[in-house]
Amino acid sequence: MPVNYLMPEYEVYRNPARCIACRACERQCANEVHHYDADLKAMVADDAKCVNCHRCVSLCPTRALKIVKSDHTFRENANWTGEAITEIYKQAATGGVLLSAMGNPKAFPIYWDKLLINASQVTNPPIDPLREPMETRTFLGKKSDTIRRDAQGNILCQGEPQLELKVPIMFSAMSYGSISYNAHASLARAAQALGTYYNTGEGGLHQDFYQYGANTIVQVASGRFGVFSDYLNAGAAIEIKMGQGAKPGIGGHLPGAKIVGDISRTRMIPEGSDAISPAPHHDIYSIEDLRQLVFSLKEATHYQKPVFVKIAAVHNVAAIASGIARSGADVICIDGFRGGTGAAPTRIRDNVGIPIELALASVDTRLREEGIRDQVGLVVGGSIRNAADVVKAIALGADAVYIATSALIALGCHLCRSCQSGKCNWGIATQRPELVKRLNPDVGSQRLVNLVTAWKHEIEEIMGGMGINSIEALRGNRMMLRGIGLTDRELSILGIRHAGE
Amino acid sequence: MLKEGQVRIPAGCAISGIFSRSGEAMSGEDIITSITVMHDRSNGLGGGYAGYGIYPQYKDYYALHIFYDTHEAKTDCEKFLERHFDIINLSKIPTRPTKGITDAPLIWRYFVAPLPTKLAESQLDEKEFVVRCVFRVNTQLEGAYVFSSGKNMGVFKAVGYPEDVGRFYRLEEYAGYCWTCHGRYPTNTPGWWGGAHPFALLDTTIVHNGEISSYDANRRSIEMHGYKCTLLTDTEVIAYMADYLTRRKGLTLQEMASVIAAPFWSTIQRMPSPQRETLTYLRNTFSSLLITGPFSILMGFDGGMMALNDRLKLRSMVIGERGDRVYAASEECAIRAICPELDRLWSPRGGEAAIFTLKGADGLCQ
Repeated sequence: MPVNYLMPEYEVYRNPARCIACRACERQCANEVHHYDADLKAMVADDAKCVNCHRCVSLCPTRALKIVKSDHTFRENANWTGEAITEIYKQAATGGVLLSAMGNPKAFPIYWDKLLINASQVTNPPIDPLREPMETRTFLGKKSDTIRRDAQGNILCQGEPQLELKVPIMFSAMSYGSISYNAHASLARAAQALGTYYNTGEGGLHQDFYQYGANTIVQVASGRFGVFSDYLNAGAAIEIKMGQGAKPGIGGHLPGAKIVGDISRTRMIPEGSDAISPAPHHDIYSIEDLRQLVFSLKEATHYQKPVFVKIAAVHNVAAIASGIARSGADVICIDGFRGGTGAAPTRIRDNVGIPIELALASVDTRLREEGIRDQVGLVVGGSIRNAADVVKAIALGADAVYIATSALIALGCHLCRSCQSGKCNWGIATQRPELVKRLNPDVGSQRLVNLVTAWKHEIEEIMGGMGINSIEALRGNRMMLRGIGLTDRELSILGIRHAGE
Repeated sequence: MLKEGQVRIPAGCAISGIFSRSGEAMSGEDIITSITVMHDRSNGLGGGYAGYGIYPQYKDYYALHIFYDTHEAKTDCEKFLERHFDIINLSKIPTRPTKGITDAPLIWRYFVAPLPTKLAESQLDEKEFVVRCVFRVNTQLEGAYVFSSGKNMGVFKAVGYPEDVGRFYRLEEYAGYCWTCHGRYPTNTPGWWGGAHPFALLDTTIVHNGEISSYDANRRSIEMHGYKCTLLTDTEVIAYMADYLTRRKGLTLQEMASVIAAPFWSTIQRMPSPQRETLTYLRNTFSSLLITGPFSILMGFDGGMMALNDRLKLRSMVIGERGDRVYAASEECAIRAICPELDRLWSPRGGEAAIFTLKGADGLCQ
């Protein structure tokens, strides 16, 4: 037997005084960590298979389990960390590209946490959201440039299509296939209840979910899976996905093993065939090509739907966004380097792209310098973790935010970052029926509604403290932000002053 | 310490306005009396007036009122003006030595018309040409500042208490159909005359009491359309927004009010069609120009005056009417001081625009 160079990252600790050998953990773990040893008359665990998803811990009726980080260690080395060494062992064994899931976990600066929010004192009053109206409604789309009137002088209320959001938070793209039917059902129902939108991702729209079309953004990505006339017209808006924060410049690959049943039908590809999304759209090699796709989609939907263009936050993002704003797109979506994914090459996820805070600030500034900010809506995602992040994003200049990782966590995701295995014990990133059914869409959608409702309350409280009673007066209101512990360069990119100034 | 314009200075204030619907000319005496009553709402760091109908003999020319820090600035600015305008008349603005008004800059007045050749070359309409020239001076000529640029109207302002500012400028010698006035209570020491109110662009003037919480959202939006906020004050940005919405976008004053002090969505939803659609459209189209936070403003314009409160009415403002005269002020006492008997006294609701125009004039809006 060859030497195994890889040591388990976690240890499953079982309190023998509490364990009653009910075997619930064994049934719950799709990674087959636990089993009952008849000779020992006790439960045992294979630590090496554990991904630390907490399913067994959460379901153990006697609270006998916990997962601890293994203290097994290499000789300490600040340069050659255990992770660096282990990755070499993996690649030496397989010759393959390392794969990971979810967003960039590295210790890069989190600018959200270096921004502080203002509040009113004396010279103007804070507003109590429990006593006064507090408005979070926002519209995404191109604003009219000229006011036109009829012969009687009445304003003609015609313009480009707009998307109305009751709260400036939408669920970001996750395809059916990368996440389960029940996860999609939860998102769709929650979006409808909240008066906001969820996004199909590039996996097409399951026929059961056409009923939520008014709260659906349908995505057109490089693989064009599931794209046809009914699909485009089913949604409230269409999103062209040019890139994704977790893997800028990289396409996607859903293995044939997952292309079964409904997923095959929804993606409109044969069962068992790999679903490969190319890195580029092969009909878009430059900005003028993008313009043609934008207008093709508008033609196909009779100019009734706003067209979004989603890009990853990369170095030249401001100039790219400016080009997109002039391409006919109604909304630009920017995904930061901490954005999640079902699977990405580790090296790409951890090293490509830039933080969404800086990308947002520079895009908003650039569009204003060019006088075209009103021609386009701006939506950002890529690790919006709480209501304060939402407020800061809007104050930096976003119209609304996309959340996906936060939404999955609300559904039970424990960020074990093993989505690519397809063995999600929480029924989210899996297609195995016995796992999918663990996620009840009634419960899931309610938890999403709860999350966004809670954030909405917090946004209202923070806005009220600033004396702002409408979200549009917060948008781009950078004077409401101060930086803490940031360099002059960082402050200038963010367009804010330092705390105390 | 940073000068005004380099740092944002919030301010509380007093405002007062008098308007004669019949167009009767009133001296500046009454408005001075009115603002004097509200002495405690100012702190001596800024006061000013706008008078309409005060230059009938030059009513077809733009009256530029300019502060100069130095004689060199004056020379430079006059060269610029000569290149762009036909200067019909120029003079020092008459003042009298007044205790409490010190460190006066050079204060000059020019009656001008754009040079036809320059105007044609610019491919702009006349008003836009004047606006751009004003911005050129204010942002590029060190030590020169145009603080009034309309026709048949003028702004007079200084650092000091407003009653002293009125005496300093000898306003009792002018006569106009409309006067607005402002006493300032800034929370920092600007010490610069340009920072006082009213703030003016062409014939639109704003006096304002409040501190708007939407300031930077409004500023960053309006700066996209060619305006430069050099003072970082609420009043400046409100004046630019008013100019943009009415002159550039052709909105009526009522429509403008429904943008900057928009009704709540819940109110709009209860409205009948097509009002509901129109207000939704306006609010969405100009969403970045919504003002939140407390304000009460008096906006003067050619042929009229508008009073407007923020939509929660977080600042006091009352309106009194007596015959043809309309009075608006932060406090009732400021009205009673000059007109003890009123036909009607009322407080406009939050976001409710009170618009008064000259009788017989089909102005921008009724």
